[in-house]
Amino acid sequence: MNFPILSAVTFLPLIGSIFILLIKDSSDKSINNAKYVAIFTSFVNLLLSIFLWFSFDTSTADFQFIENKQWVRGYFNFKFGVDGISILFILLTTFITPLCILSVINSVKERIKEFLIALLVMETLMIGVFCSLDLVIFYLFFEGGLIPMFLIIGIWGGPRRVYSAFKFFLFTLLGSVLLLIAVISIYWITGTTDMIQLLLWTNIPKEYQYLLWLAFFSSFAVKLPMWPFHTWLPDAHVEAPTAGSVILAAILLKMAGYGFIRFSIGLFPVASDFFTPLIFLLSIIAIVYTSLVALMQEDMKKLIAYSSVAHMGFVTVGIFTLTKQGLEGSIIQMISHGLISAALFLCVGVVYDRVHSRLISSYGGLVHITPKYAVIFMIFTLAALGLPGTSGFVGEILILIGAFQKNILVAVLASSGVIFAAAYMLWLYKRVIFGKINNNELKKIYDLNKTEIFILSSLAFLTLFFGFYPEPLLRTIDISVSELIRNYEMDLTFYLKEAAK
Amino acid sequence: MDQLNLIIPELFLTTSIMILLMIGVFYKNSFNLIFKLSVIILLATFILLFNHSIDTSAKLFNNSYAIDYFSLFMKVLTLIACIFVMLSSFDYIKLIGINKMEYPILILSSTLGMMIMISSYDLIVFYMGLELQSLSLYVLASFNRDNHRSSEAGLKYFVLGALSSGLLLYGCSLIYGFSGSTNFDLIAQNMDHLNTGLIFGIVFILVGLAFKVSAVPFHMWAPDVYEGSPTSVTTFLAIVPKVAALTVFIRFLYVPFINVIVQWQMIIIFISLASMILGAVAAIGQTNIKRLMAYSSIGHMGYALAGLATGSNEGIQGTVIYLSIYLLMNLGIFSCIFMMRRKDIFYEDIQDLSGLSKNHPIISFCLLALLFSLAGIPPLAGFFAKFYIFMAVIKAEMYTLAIMGLITTVISAFYYLRIIKIIYFDESKEMFEMDQNFGLRISLVLSTIIILVYFIYPSLLIDVVSNINLI
Repeated sequence: MNFPILSAVTFLPLIGSIFILLIKDSSDKSINNAKYVAIFTSFVNLLLSIFLWFSFDTSTADFQFIENKQWVRGYFNFKFGVDGISILFILLTTFITPLCILSVINSVKERIKEFLIALLVMETLMIGVFCSLDLVIFYLFFEGGLIPMFLIIGIWGGPRRVYSAFKFFLFTLLGSVLLLIAVISIYWITGTTDMIQLLLWTNIPKEYQYLLWLAFFSSFAVKLPMWPFHTWLPDAHVEAPTAGSVILAAILLKMAGYGFIRFSIGLFPVASDFFTPLIFLLSIIAIVYTSLVALMQEDMKKLIAYSSVAHMGFVTVGIFTLTKQGLEGSIIQMISHGLISAALFLCVGVVYDRVHSRLISSYGGLVHITPKYAVIFMIFTLAALGLPGTSGFVGEILILIGAFQKNILVAVLASSGVIFAAAYMLWLYKRVIFGKINNNELKKIYDLNKTEIFILSSLAFLTLFFGFYPEPLLRTIDISVSELIRNYEMDLTFYLKEAAK
Repeated sequence: MDQLNLIIPELFLTTSIMILLMIGVFYKNSFNLIFKLSVIILLATFILLFNHSIDTSAKLFNNSYAIDYFSLFMKVLTLIACIFVMLSSFDYIKLIGINKMEYPILILSSTLGMMIMISSYDLIVFYMGLELQSLSLYVLASFNRDNHRSSEAGLKYFVLGALSSGLLLYGCSLIYGFSGSTNFDLIAQNMDHLNTGLIFGIVFILVGLAFKVSAVPFHMWAPDVYEGSPTSVTTFLAIVPKVAALTVFIRFLYVPFINVIVQWQMIIIFISLASMILGAVAAIGQTNIKRLMAYSSIGHMGYALAGLATGSNEGIQGTVIYLSIYLLMNLGIFSCIFMMRRKDIFYEDIQDLSGLSKNHPIISFCLLALLFSLAGIPPLAGFFAKFYIFMAVIKAEMYTLAIMGLITTVISAFYYLRIIKIIYFDESKEMFEMDQNFGLRISLVLSTIIILVYFIYPSLLIDVVSNINLI
C-alpha cells in the first residue's frame, strides 16, 4: 500500500491542533468550532486506525505498513511500521483520546481551546511512540510527550498542581536522559538505530548489554512506574484534571510496558535474562506494597493511582516470564487496564465535577441518588479486581499461568495482588456508593448526563466484550509474540554458545 | 589584488565605519540615519561575503588570514545574528535614550573585530581582532552612562576583560618565544609534548579564551555585565561575540594545538563540566531574567565546549550546530525581554511575566517553545543541538562527560520550567504594551517557527556544517 496510513494516523491530530491554534478570537462560536474540530479529528483518527486494524495481516510477524524516509542524512531514517503488538496500543490511544476530548468538553470551562490543543498534540506523540521503528524517533516521541502533559497538569490541575507537574516532569526527564545515552551508544556500537535491523540482523555485544539494559530500564521503570520509582504517579494523578489522569493512566504508562517488550527484550536478551529476578522482586514489592498502600487511601484518585502501580507490577511480571502466556497476558492486561483505569478516573471525575471533593469520606449512599452511576461504577470496580467476564480477568489469569511456569513463588505472591485488589476496590465501592447519605452537599448531585453515559458505556462495552471474547486481541498479537519469544530464545542460545567457546 | 578580492567584506565594513563616523560628526542628531545605514551596511557585507565561491580555501598575507568554508560559515552566523539583534533593539535604544550616533558605529566596529578574529590564522592578527571587538564592547556595556549600573557593568567588564587579554597576550608571547613563529601552521609544526614553555602558553591562551566565552571558572563578569548593561547590549553580548570567540577556540585547539591534544583535553573537559554544573545550579535562584540568561549562557557554553573536548570533526560540527541553534533561541528569548514594557518602562524581573499567557497568548506560546527548546526537550531544535554534541561525546567514549551533561540538563530544566510556570500557571498582571516594531516581531516569530519545525528536516543544518573539517 502506498498511502502512508501510519503517518496519517500519527499526524492527523497535530494538523487538527494547528487548526485550533489558528482560531484566534475567543467568542463562544469560535470555541464551539474548536470543539468540533477536536471531536472530528479524533473520531476520524479512530476510524482510520480501525481501518488500519482491519487491513492488518495477522498471519505474519513482520512489521507492516512500513514507511521509510530519509531524515538525518547519513545517520537516521524516519521509519514507521507496526506489528501485532504495537497496533493494539495505537488502537487504545485513538480510542481513549476522543473520549477524553468529550469529557473535557463536558466538564472543563476554562481555557478549553488550549486543553484541546494539548490533548491532540499528546495523541500525535503517543501514537508516534508506538509506530516508530527507529530508536531516535522513538525517543523523540517518548520524551516529547512530557511537554503537553506538564502543561495539562500545571494549568488545569488541582491545588498542588505546580509541585506535581514539576515532579512528573523532572522524574521522567531524569529517567530518559540515560535512555538517550543508551540510544546513542547503540548507534556507535552497531552503526544503526533501525529497529528491524537491530531485532533481526544485529546482535549487540554481550558486555554492553547489561549497562544498556539498565539505561533503558531507568527510563521505563520511572515511566511505568515500578516500585520504588513510582512516587511521582500518585501526585500527578491526584492533581491532574480528569482527562490528564485518563491519558496518563491509560496510555502514558503503557508506553513503558511497550518499551520493555519491544526494546529491553528484543535488543538485550542476555541482560533481560540476567535481570529477570530483579524485575520479579520489584514487581512483587509493587504488587503487595502498593496494594496495601491503596487500602489506606482516603483520596479516591490516589487509591486508583496506587492500584495502577500494582496492576503494572502484574504487567512486568508477565513480560519477564518470557512465556507466550505471560507476554500475551501482560499485553492484554495493559489494554484492559487502559480501558478500566480510564473509566475509573472518569468516574471519579464525574462526582468531582459535581461535589468538588475527591475524599472518600465526603461520599456515601450515592446509590440512592445516582443509580446509573452506581451501576457503571460497579462494572469497573469489578473489572479492576479482575472478575471473570471482564477483560481484567483475562490478562491476570494469563500472566499467572505464565508466572507459574517460570517461578511458583512469584506466581503465588502475585496472586495475592488479586485478593488485595478485591479488598481495596470493594471497600472503595462500599464507602462511596452504599451506606447513608451523610454529606448535605450530595443532595444536589445529579446522575450521569448523556455524554458521560456515552463515554462510560462505550468503555464498559469493550471491557465486557474483551472479557467474554478476547479472541480478536489474542489473534492480533499471537504471531508477533511467538516470533518475539522465538527470537529471544535464539539469541540467548547464540550468546550461550559464544560464551561456551 | 587577488588577495584583496577575498577580503572585500572586511574592507567594505571598514570604509563604511569611517564614512558613518564622518556623517555622525557633521550632522546633528543623526542616530536614526546612521542606525538604518548600519543595518544596510551589515546586509551589504553579508552579501559581499558570497563574492568568492563558497569552497574557496586560501590563506592571505603570508598565511596570516584564512578564508575558508569554516570562516565563511561563522561570518554568516555573526552577520545574521548582528542584523537581527540590531533590528529587534531599535525601539529599546530610543526609549531609554541611548540613541547616540556612536552606538551603531561601535556595534559595527566590534563586528569588524569579530570578522577578523574568525579569519585569523596568526597570533597577531587574532589579537588585533580580539581587541577591536572587546574595546567596542566595553564602551557599549557602559553606554547608558547616567545609569550607575551600566557604568559599573562597563567598568567591571573592562577591568576583567583587560586582565584576561593580558593573560592571553602573555600566552601568545610564550608561544612565540618557544615556537619561533606567530603563524598557526608553524606553531603546529613546532608543538610537542616535551616543550613545557609551549604548554604553559597554551594554558594562558585557554584561560583568555574561556574568559571571552564566559566559561567557568572565568565567568564571574557575565552575570553582572548582563544585568547591568542596557538590554540591547546584553542581547548583543549574549549572542554575537560567542560566535567569534568559539571560532577562535576551535581554530586554536584544532590547528596549532592539535598535536598536544592530551594536554588540553583535560582542561577543556574540566571547563565544560564546571560550566554545565554552575550554569544549571546558579541559575535556579535568580529573579532577574537577564541575570538568569547569563547563567543559562554559561551552561550552554559548557555544552558547546563538550563537543570540542572530543577532538574530532564530529565534535566541531556538533559545536557549530549547537552554536547556531543557541543563537536562534537566545534571539527569541531576548526579543521577548524587549517586549516586557509598560508605559515606556522596561521590566526585567521574572515575576513580571506572571500570567502572561492570559494577556498575550502568542508571546507566551513563543516563550514556551523557546524555553522548552533551551531545556533541550524534543522535538524542539534545542534537543537536536544537544543530541549532536552527545553523539560526538559518546563516540569519543567520554561517558562521564555525557552523563554529567545530561544530568545537568535535568537540573537546568527546572529553572526553565519555573519561568513557564510563572507564565502559564500564575495569576495574570497588567498587560504589556503591544506596539512593537516589525523587526522585533519578525525576530521572535521567525526564531520560534524555526525551532518548532526544525525536526521536520534536520538534515539541512547538518549538510551545511558537514563541510567543516579541520582535522
